[in-house]
This record gives sequence, C-alpha cells and structure tokens, in this order.
Amino acid sequence: MRRWNKDFNFYIGFVITGVVLLLVFLGIFYTPYDAEAMSAADKFAGISLHHLMGCDNFGRDIFSRILKGSGTTLFIALCTVLIGVGIGTIIGAITGYYGGWLDEVLMRFNDSVLAFPSILVALVFISILGSGKYHVIIALGIVFIPSFARIVRGEFMHYRNLDYVQNAKLMGAGDIRIMFVHILPNAWPVIASAIIIGFNNAVLAEASMSFLGIGVQPPDPSLGRMLSEAQSYLFRAPWYAFFSGLTIVLMILGFALLSEGMKRK
Amino acid sequence: MLDVIDLNIEFHDHLIPETVVFDFDMHMDAGDIVGIVGESGSGKTMTALAIAGLLSRHDMQKRGKIIFEETDLLNCERAKLRSIQGNEISMVFQEPMTSLNPVKKIGWQVEESLRIHKDFSKEERYEKTIKALADVELDAPEKLYHKYPYELSGGMRQRVMIAAALICNPKLIIADEITTALDVTVQAQIIELLKKVNKRNGTAILFISHDLSLVKQICSRVIVMYQGNIVEQGDAEMIFHHPQEEYTQKLIAAIPKIIRKSKV
Repeated sequence: MRRWNKDFNFYIGFVITGVVLLLVFLGIFYTPYDAEAMSAADKFAGISLHHLMGCDNFGRDIFSRILKGSGTTLFIALCTVLIGVGIGTIIGAITGYYGGWLDEVLMRFNDSVLAFPSILVALVFISILGSGKYHVIIALGIVFIPSFARIVRGEFMHYRNLDYVQNAKLMGAGDIRIMFVHILPNAWPVIASAIIIGFNNAVLAEASMSFLGIGVQPPDPSLGRMLSEAQSYLFRAPWYAFFSGLTIVLMILGFALLSEGMKRK
Repeated sequence: MLDVIDLNIEFHDHLIPETVVFDFDMHMDAGDIVGIVGESGSGKTMTALAIAGLLSRHDMQKRGKIIFEETDLLNCERAKLRSIQGNEISMVFQEPMTSLNPVKKIGWQVEESLRIHKDFSKEERYEKTIKALADVELDAPEKLYHKYPYELSGGMRQRVMIAAALICNPKLIIADEITTALDVTVQAQIIELLKKVNKRNGTAILFISHDLSLVKQICSRVIVMYQGNIVEQGDAEMIFHHPQEEYTQKLIAAIPKIIRKSKV
C-alpha cells in the first residue's frame, strides 16, 4: 500500500508535468490563434469547438494565450531558479567551506534579506529597475539567492570535515577543486530538491507579480496577468479566470507531486 | 629526509590555551619505518597531521620546524605545501569506510593525485591506476576501476587508500592507525603489504598505532608518546626488550600474551 502511494504521487505528478510541458512546448511553435490578435466579434465568446476555453474581453483566444502565457511563466521561473542556484551555490560553498568572518558577514546579510517577504524585496528591485520580463527575472533571481545559499552552506559545513574531504586536501587538491569536484556531487540530492521547490515558488512569485501589474507587461501574455485581468469579468466570463487559475494550479501541483515522489524513492 | 625539531602544538579555541604536543623531535631517513605509539590523546595523530600539513591555520599555534627535504612545512607558502602533499608525502587514515568519496568511482579517486600533480594523458593515468591497484594485491583491477566504494569491503577499501597514497610514488607515507578498523587477518595482510612497498619502492613509512604488537612487527625505530611528550625513543629491539621508562614497561606489559594452560 505504501509503495503504491508513493508511486501514485510520482506518476500523477509525472503525467501532469508532462502534459503541461508538452503544451508549453507546443505553444512555442503553434497556437490555434494568434495570442495577441483581437477580434470584436468574438468578445467574451463562450467555450466552443472554435475557442476551446472561450475568449477574453478583447476577443482573444484564451487557449492560445494560456499556451503562450505558461511559456512565459516557465521561462521566467527557469531563469530565476538558475540565477538563484548559480550564485547561491557559489556563496553557500564559500561560506560553508571557509567559515570564519566572511561566513558571518555574508550570512547575516543573507538573514536580513530573508527577513523581508520575498514579494516586497522583488517590488523594491522592480521599482529600481523598472518592470518587464527581464527585470522580473533579475529581481526574482536576487530574491532567490539567500535561500539557496543557506541550504548549500549547511551541506558544505557538514561535508568539509569528513574524512574523504580531508583526504582530498592531503592529495594536494586546491580549495576550489575540493568544493566543486569533491563536495558538490555529494550535496547534489539536497540541492536538486531545493531547485524543484524553488521552481514552484518562482512560478507563484511571477504570477503574483504579474497579478499586481508589476511583472510581465502587455501585450505579452502571462498567467498571473491573465488572472488579474479576468477578475473584472468574473461574472461575465467566468471561464477566463477559471482556466488561467487552473493552469497555475496544475503547474504547481505537478512539480510538487513529482518532487514528493522523487524524495521518497 | 624528514626532521622535526621542537614541534609544539597549541590549541586556542578555548579560553585557556591547550598544548597537545610538547617539544617533539624526530628524524627519519629515506626508507625508514618509524613507529609512534601511545594511548589515545597522547598527541600522535596531531603530530602526524602537522607533518602532513593538514592542521588548519586558524585557531592553533604551531612552533618549531618540520623540515622535509630542505622545505620547512610549517612556514612555507600554501602552494608549495600543496605541491608536496599527495606528491611526496601522503597519508592513509584510520577509517577506510569514510575516507572514500561515496559518489565517485574507485578509479577516479585513486587517480586524483596524478590529476593534480602530474601531467599525464587519460590513458596513461588509467594504466598507472590499474598498476597501482594490482600492486596493492587487489584482484581484477580493471573491474574495480569502475566500482563505487559501497561495493567494497573494509580491507579492500584500505588497500584502495594505500594505492591512492602510493600512486605518485611519494617519499613518505604517514599511516595513521590504518589497521585499527580492520580484523586481525586483514591487519596482518596490510602490514605485509606495507613492508613490501617499503622494500620495493624505498618509501619511508611513519606508522602510528596504539597496537604495540603491530609496531614490533614492522618498525625499525619506535617513539613512545604520553600526554604530548616523547617518553622514550630508539631502536625497536631496544625499546621492546629493555624499556627504560616505567610508562613503556607498562605499555609492553599490556600486550596480550598466549600462555598454555598446562604451564600456568
């Protein structure tokens, strides 16, 4: 029973994530309609065979916009996590491996960044940088660094005193080689699960920022932006909010189940 | 080849400084096998780590000189120290179960010193590694090369560690309690292996142990330590048959002996 349960998590997550990724991939090359083409005749058109998810207030096909919008959201989440993991790993490795005053200074700085709600910090960066897709990536990337740095630091502090690391030191390996060739592969499982959780948070953060209107700018579609536009027409066109929201939920749920399943395997 | 002169090691990580090694002196020639014996906490491992250059440079103070082939290991630059570590001095640790990296293959780990110090191609490294594994009497080195540490027994892992320590053909090997975690038959094999290595390559061995019977088997000279001090040092024969100090006599008396019942 237990075995079936954990496999169940994994397979459901795998199927959901697979379908979402497949649709996003499809959206890069093909959408039924142009995601930005407006049509007055189709304004608030309901669900039909022509428009699978209906149309929005400008008569744009919601299905096409969701395909494109998920792509934008995933792209932002991916870049954000890459920045966070890349820089976070370097900072965490250095502070965890060397310790001492450098560790103290960087980690207290880290704590102070972590103390603010992440959306607030991102807001500050957006107000400095200005809004737009790439600025969102940079802002969220910076916001994500501290949490990764902290995880990696913990791992490195654990590994730096182990016998095989001392042994590598004895063989004359330099510090950088020890950090990234000898220790990092051991810390990888923990970092990998942090990446998936971080990825989910990034999807949510992008959606929230676009919802607040400081993320992706129109006419670029993004899930959060669509959700925020949809709330004005909640009773006239409920399918608009429903499908945008559902996509976000599915995306998060898929990755969460996948990571849960992977963790227990 | 190796001269340790007035080595003092002092910890400063508590309020009151703590000295763990007092005025340690020793001399080793190429090809010597010297044993350091003493109970737990007598400072033998600290001395070994200092010679290997592994004591971190922060919260401790080291005085004296460790001269290896005209280089003072205590005061030289880090880059210089690193070029000696693994290349001319190498060390084998007590715990074979934890001294291999669990995510790397055996071959990769044995090669590591070569990769750091020497300029060989991939094929040359592979050949040298296979030879090193065969030299420590491990079966089927080609298969072993692609295995992970968890697939090996403790004795095999310790042999792998010795192979890794020997691969650059160092002048000195520090063996810190290398047989402690192994059972008696494997202990004897490892000791035989070290003796062979010493004869074949002329590698000097600093053998650290609390097991006097092992030290008796392998060492030509012995240093007895107690609470950070050298109690006695000299020829193994002399120390074992005519111990001068009371502490040494007690240590020797603690070696278990096999006595026939009928004679008691």
